[in-house]
Amino acid sequence: MRKLLILMLILGLPSGVLAAGGLKSCGTVECDRVNIDLGDKASLQNGARIFVNFCLSCHSASYMRYNRMGHDLGISEELVKGNLTFAAEKVSDLMKAVMPKEDARQWFGVAPPDLSLIARSRKPAWVYTYMRSFYRDNKSPSGWNNVVFANVAMPHVLYEWQGDQRAVFKKDVHGVEVFDRFEIERVGTMDPKEYDRAMRDLTNFLTYLGEPAKLVRYKIGVYVLIFLAIFLVFAYLLKKEYWKDVH
Amino acid sequence: MEKLLAWIDDRFPLTKVWKEHLAEYYAPKNFNFWYYFGSLALLVLVIQIVTGIFLTMHYKPDTELAFASVEYIMRDVEWGWLIRYMHSTGASFFFIMVYLHMFRALLYGSHRHPRELVWLIGMFIYIALMAEAFMGYLLPWGNMSYWGAQVIVSLFDAIPVIGPALSEWLRGDFVVSDATLNRFFAFHVIAIPLILVALVFMHIVALHQVGSNNPDGIEIKKTKGADGLPVDGIPFHPYYTVKDIVGVTVFLMIFAAVIFFAPELWGWFLEPDNFVPANILQTPSEIVPLWYFTPFYSILRANVYNFFWIDAKLWGVIFMGLSIVIFFFLPWLDRSPAKSIRYRGKMYKTALGVFVVSFIILGYLGTKSPEVVSLFWFKNVFWVQGFTVLYFAFFFLMPLYTKFDKIKPVPERVTWK
Repeated sequence: MRKLLILMLILGLPSGVLAAGGLKSCGTVECDRVNIDLGDKASLQNGARIFVNFCLSCHSASYMRYNRMGHDLGISEELVKGNLTFAAEKVSDLMKAVMPKEDARQWFGVAPPDLSLIARSRKPAWVYTYMRSFYRDNKSPSGWNNVVFANVAMPHVLYEWQGDQRAVFKKDVHGVEVFDRFEIERVGTMDPKEYDRAMRDLTNFLTYLGEPAKLVRYKIGVYVLIFLAIFLVFAYLLKKEYWKDVH
Repeated sequence: MEKLLAWIDDRFPLTKVWKEHLAEYYAPKNFNFWYYFGSLALLVLVIQIVTGIFLTMHYKPDTELAFASVEYIMRDVEWGWLIRYMHSTGASFFFIMVYLHMFRALLYGSHRHPRELVWLIGMFIYIALMAEAFMGYLLPWGNMSYWGAQVIVSLFDAIPVIGPALSEWLRGDFVVSDATLNRFFAFHVIAIPLILVALVFMHIVALHQVGSNNPDGIEIKKTKGADGLPVDGIPFHPYYTVKDIVGVTVFLMIFAAVIFFAPELWGWFLEPDNFVPANILQTPSEIVPLWYFTPFYSILRANVYNFFWIDAKLWGVIFMGLSIVIFFFLPWLDRSPAKSIRYRGKMYKTALGVFVVSFIILGYLGTKSPEVVSLFWFKNVFWVQGFTVLYFAFFFLMPLYTKFDKIKPVPERVTWK
């Protein structure tokens, strides 16, 4: 019996290992860890600045209003009006993209997706890894490619900050080409640490953008649970009192 | 006050109803943990109706507007996120409560004589609940909503002759579309809730006609005192009302913990693919229903052979239908003289254990592709086939193993503390 079990284990293991190796959390690579902290207002504000200045040119966040964002992140209405509403007339407008959808479709082949919920449909770690994984690829129409999202239509918008990366591939044990590492071809205006921090802020902001209620629900949840815990004590004592005479 | 009550009682049996169903409804005194889930399921029904009413005030059943209106509720409606999370979490908790409630019946024989009708009405509630959940899931108009509905409605295609016409009639279109969304909305917010409430009412009336079962699976009405009341019974109110307040509070703590700290429950209650609007051109990488349907989804996908000249897909639909319908026959499949698991032998205990494990594993594998290896050694489809056989064996072999099982003597009075 034991021999049979061992035999089954040996026969079975390779297929299990293969199955595990085929699935990676970020496309062809594992996601990098990102520290999400919605309590970090400065990070959220910086993320909002990057988002509105760069992403919002092509992408929309059309379920979100400018003034709601300003209110949540502690940015005054004047600041929002003066510095963040390039594509809108009123601060209560939804965050639409600057570029018309039809133009985008012509230029990139696909309309850039709305980013309101990107951190919920993907994971924050995915967004963070994606923004750091663009590399130069002359075979693609935009001149850019991404190891997280192969042949993505989006060019590397922030290449001036990050610089140009080249992807180095190697052959794995099965002879399949897999991503190995990035090499810097041209240094950007930010050093890697600065760039990572900026992308962390952007990811942090996108996490907020996906679910603004996240800023408050943990806090309210704690109070609700404390209330219920106290209520439970009294409910239990009441039950005990009533059930005294049941024998 | 008394005059007012008398005035009402002359015209409406208020005091009578209060006495018959609460103050003088005698329930066995030995209810345990498993007896909370009936009243908790009722509580969730109320939560779903109340939060549903508020969601309807802002939701727009229109393919162009539906997805955005849900996000509007999540962002711009005051406390809208809380109402929506209560409703989405409530849906899953409804099924958790109902599954535990049904399991209780299997533990203590609550479905057996004389409570067959209580069980049958309960099964109809369960079917209505499945329809309610399925149609509600289309309403956010996310990509998983869309493709889930597409897959499930297309199951009707497998029915010979009338299948294609039937699924077209259900959708109101050749594909899931605006017409489908509108009719699912109508069914979800009024038709099925009406049926659900009526069935729940009948479920309770039928239960109070025969009286509650208990963990010993014996009839407390058999042993009555000099006053004509069951010796082992206590009035539902106040004893079980105060006890249920404790249960409700613990339930609310777990419910609130999910709503406030993990409303998506890592993709089990709200799927990541449903945060993308429905896209007719892009299928999600794996079309997966929510967890409460996945055991049946697994059984649907279990069969891959065309045998007896019938298409594999149709067999899948037949097996899935059978896996649900078979529950209706439980009161007659069970031949054991003892109702409660406390006095049953090893065979029933083993069978029930195997069934629970099968149900959970089928549910887990229903969320995975049949072609990959999620458990040991074999592709999921083989595991699913194996556990589907065990699932059905629990029902089909029941008349045998409950008949030959060795039972312990059943006591006359309930055992207590």
